[in-house]
Parts: sequence; structure tokens; C-alpha cells
Amino acid sequence: MVQPLNYLKETPSQTAGPYVHIGCTPNFCDIQGVFPTDLGAGPLVNDKTRGERITIRGRVIDGTGTPLRDAMVEIWQADSEGLYNSPAETRGPADPNFAGWARCPSDMTTGEFAFQTIKPGRAPFRENDPRLMAPHVLFWIVARGINIGLQTRMYFSDEEAANAEDPMLMRIEHRVRVPTLIGNREGDVVIFDIHLQGDKETIFFDM
Amino acid sequence: MKNTPPETGAFFARDREWHPPAFTPIYKTSVARSPQRALLSFDSTRTEITGPAFGHNMLGQLDNDLILNYARPGEMAIGQRILVHGRVMDERGRGVGGTLVEFWQANAGGRYRHKKELYTAALDPNFAGVGRTITDQDGFYWFKTIKPGPYPWPNGPNDWRPAHIHFSVFGHGFGQRLITQMYFEGDPLIWRCPIVRTIPDKAAVEQLIAPLDMNATIPMDMRAYKFDIVLRGRRSTLFENKLEGN
Repeated sequence: MVQPLNYLKETPSQTAGPYVHIGCTPNFCDIQGVFPTDLGAGPLVNDKTRGERITIRGRVIDGTGTPLRDAMVEIWQADSEGLYNSPAETRGPADPNFAGWARCPSDMTTGEFAFQTIKPGRAPFRENDPRLMAPHVLFWIVARGINIGLQTRMYFSDEEAANAEDPMLMRIEHRVRVPTLIGNREGDVVIFDIHLQGDKETIFFDM
Repeated sequence: MKNTPPETGAFFARDREWHPPAFTPIYKTSVARSPQRALLSFDSTRTEITGPAFGHNMLGQLDNDLILNYARPGEMAIGQRILVHGRVMDERGRGVGGTLVEFWQANAGGRYRHKKELYTAALDPNFAGVGRTITDQDGFYWFKTIKPGPYPWPNGPNDWRPAHIHFSVFGHGFGQRLITQMYFEGDPLIWRCPIVRTIPDKAAVEQLIAPLDMNATIPMDMRAYKFDIVLRGRRSTLFENKLEGN
């Protein structure tokens, strides 16, 4: 016998189910009066937020080509200087007018999600690795039929040079799949469709 | 609050054999919604190590009382009154304090307050089925609700969900983000449920079953169920490698 390690096991995930709105965006599904507003709803920016305004739009698309109309998408990103508005950010205070986090339910008819945000700055890769990551937005997708939240990233089509030296993008073996992580910028709109299956299946991360 | 600096280490690798896999044909909706290629595994970066924090000032007084938070004045939700309590910890057993916990559920008859809900059980005009709280500095949380009912759902021709409460938890870094479901001790539907059975390991399912906790019961008022939630642990930053030449 050896000493026990005594680690706990992570609580297993279960699907968010078809009624995730009740818990996460109750006003969106007509439950009024419990919370004044839905957490993470609306623009991430106000008048004082620093940075370039963009709108990210997209859909989550299943293996039959049908957009999910019951998904919930969350994003997490750095501010315009590459700082995260988080107690675990050790490099200094982020823009106090930018939380960096939001959630959006898919439209119940079109399946579209949208985030009015800013383009993030570049953050160093890790505490012990100062190489800069290219600007990116973390996406987390839950829905009925998704047993554990899917995590991916959106990089920007107008950041070719930064993308080329991004320490994570560089390590992706199948280069043909890298474009699944690139949001297509058209003016101040960035289109980012997430494909769950098929030829265009988005890269999902375990990290 | 304790005067300890926030932890900034990378997260322990997720045990993907403990979680349900993406593709689980017994739960039919997963078939077209499951990625088919392998996930790409990387150690956490700053993006996953950080995460949003929410302050107690966002909470309303009844946010953790589902019996009253949608009830008309002087009325209350119908059903078995219960207290759900527990602790959010990480895999090292440390409490995860100050983190947002959201929960939602069906009413006592197994009916959700949602426009896409098709079940014939009655709506309770005094029950919305949503609440939230923030853990205390040691990770503890509690809320009051009514015990949800089981309900049928379209999957197999005769599948029923066991009584359950959905939970959404943030943790201190986005890499800890988790949504799961809590089940109730003794429910015979648990082991028949295709969604439960997406989890391959029996011990992992048991981690989702809240025991009746008579010691936390409020006599003559409500019974209690205990549900602890474990999020990914963090490595110590003391042992991280330095980049060569750095």
C-alpha cells in the first residue's frame, strides 16, 4: 500500500437541456420579475469602454446543417490591452468598463447569436511564457444533446501576422482545420459559425 | 474575506472517461450534435486560467428562495419544501469561494415554465423554477425550493427523467466552467434515464445523487439534500517550468 493521494473527482457534466434559458436567461424565455435583467445580456461595451467596437455574429450548426435554436453561447475575452477582467489576472487591472464575459441564447427562430463587444488585445500565452497570443475570444457552447460544454476559440481574419505566430494555432497539426477557428471580419462585423460535425467541423479544445 | 492571493496555476487535465462522451446514441439528440473529431488538448493558457467574477451585490433577496421568488404576495409554490445545500470545491478539496451558482428545475408536477414545454402537467402560477446564489468564502451555498417532479420526454417511446435540478457553476477560471444535474437519493428513475446513462462510470453517476441530509433538515418545515460540486483543481505555480533561455 502507498499513501492515498486524496484528490477529489470533478463533478461529471450533464447536458444543459432544452430549458437552459430558465436558469441562465429567464427574461429571454418570458420569466419576468425574478431577476431584473439576464446576466451577460446586452452589449459588453458602454461609452467609456476602450477599444474598437465589433459585433460577433454566428450560429451553432449541427451535423444535418440545421442551426441550433436552443443553444446558449458564452464568450470570455481580454480587454483592448490584452488584460482579463478577473481576480486571476496578475498583470494589472483590466478596463473597468469591460467585463469580458457575456452569454447569448440562440435566437429561437434563426439560431443566430450576437455579441456587441470590442476587439481584444494580445495577451501573453502563460505566466512562464511571454509569447503573445493573437487576439481571440473563447467560446463555450451548451445545449440539449451536448453532454459536456464545448470550448473553442475565435481568432480574427484581419490578424494574419499575429495568427501566424500564435503559440496555440502554430501547434495545430491539421492545418486544413485552422480556418474553422477564424472569424471572418467584414467591416465591424465578425461572422463566426460553429459547426458541430461534418467537413467544416470546428476545432474544439480540451484545455 | 481571506487575505490570500488568487490562484493562477493551470488546471488539472479533465478526466474524459469520468464525464459523458459527446456521442451517446441512447440520448438521441446527441447524435447530430456531437463533435466527431478528437478534441485538441493543450495546457491552460491565460484565457482559461482567468474567468469572470460576480459580486454579491447582483443578488436579490429571494434569488435563493424558489418557493417565494415568483410567488404572489402571501402565496408560495406548491410542493415538497426542501433545502439544498453543499459546497463547491476543487479537486484538491479546497473550497471555491465567491463563485456564482445558478439552478433551474421543473415544478412539483414535473412541468417547466417554458414556451417549448409540451407536458400536460399543470403550471404552478407561483413557481418559476430559477434561482442563483454566490458561495461564501469557504465555498458553501444553499437555497430553498420544492422537490421537482419526474417527467416524460421524447427520446425513446417511454423515457422519463428522474427528478433533478440543473446547476451551472463558474469557478475562478473559465476552464472550470461546468453545467450538470443533481438527482435525489432513492429515485428509481435515475438508473433508467438515458441522459444519466451517458455517464459510463457508476461511481461518477453516484457523484450526482444528493443524499437526504436529516441533520440539515429544518424541523417541522423542510427536509434537506446535500449536493457538493467539485470543479477542476489547479497546479501550483511554484512548480511550473521556465521557458528555455527565459
